[in-house]
Amino acid sequence: MDALLHITTLHYLVLGAALFLLGVIGVLTRRNVVIVLMSIELILNAVNLNLVAFSRYWQGIHGSQALHGQVFAIFVITDAAAEAAVGLGILIAFFRNKETVNVDEVNLLKW
Amino acid sequence: MNPPVATPFFFYLLAGTMVIGGILVITRKNAVHSALALITALLAQAGLYLMLYAPFVAGVQIILYAGGIMVLFLFVIMLISIERAEKERQFNKQWLVGIIAAAALGGLFIAVYTTTTKGKALFPEGRMTYGESQNTQQIAALLFDRHAGQYMFAFEIASLLLLVAIIGAVVMAKKRI
Repeated sequence: MDALLHITTLHYLVLGAALFLLGVIGVLTRRNVVIVLMSIELILNAVNLNLVAFSRYWQGIHGSQALHGQVFAIFVITDAAAEAAVGLGILIAFFRNKETVNVDEVNLLKW
Repeated sequence: MNPPVATPFFFYLLAGTMVIGGILVITRKNAVHSALALITALLAQAGLYLMLYAPFVAGVQIILYAGGIMVLFLFVIMLISIERAEKERQFNKQWLVGIIAAAALGGLFIAVYTTTTKGKALFPEGRMTYGESQNTQQIAALLFDRHAGQYMFAFEIASLLLLVAIIGAVVMAKKRI
């Protein structure tokens, strides 16, 4: 009980792992491209949570004031923004050509 | 800095909101509902950032993620017709394989997080420290300072990445170039 009530870095890591798994399940099982992209956002957010938690953990053990994890989290958010813009642009082009948002229909490159 | 109040309560509240939001994202039929659930999860995550004494990242999360990226998602959902996608099958044929792969990944996570070497856990009890009062200034120093900043070049590269993404998005979404 004490382990559950005393919030440590591991709690945040477990939460990040749970969100990562939810995102992976969404990417692997859903057919709607929009929801697949949202699941990718979930995965990126799980990584961000781990980065910020480890940033705080690093300060706890080393006593240093370096915030490298938080800077990395900001870079990941930048990447997420770029990825969302390009992904949604591709999605619009795809919808214009095929009139559907179903990933199973994206098979032009299939050999 | 004030000592934290009722940390376990708020952690489990926000964590529960995030997990429930995540489950809703991957199970709803309507993409708009998924987007709203994702916004809820992202806001709860901003709360967790505040609990980790990362106010700047929490602000960026709210403004950029919940405010910017999700509005982009909602716009695109409105541009494409979702009525047809709602009536179709929601999960693909490989859903069982996907669940099994995810379960294997979860088993890997559990194995890593419970590993002990010489009686010590892989991630030992990280005592959360109180936050510094100059969080934003220190992040800015890391990003921009000419002498102490280590991420200035990476920051410039990130701006280049955003430029490429803007041009890419315009080229993709335009009818004829």
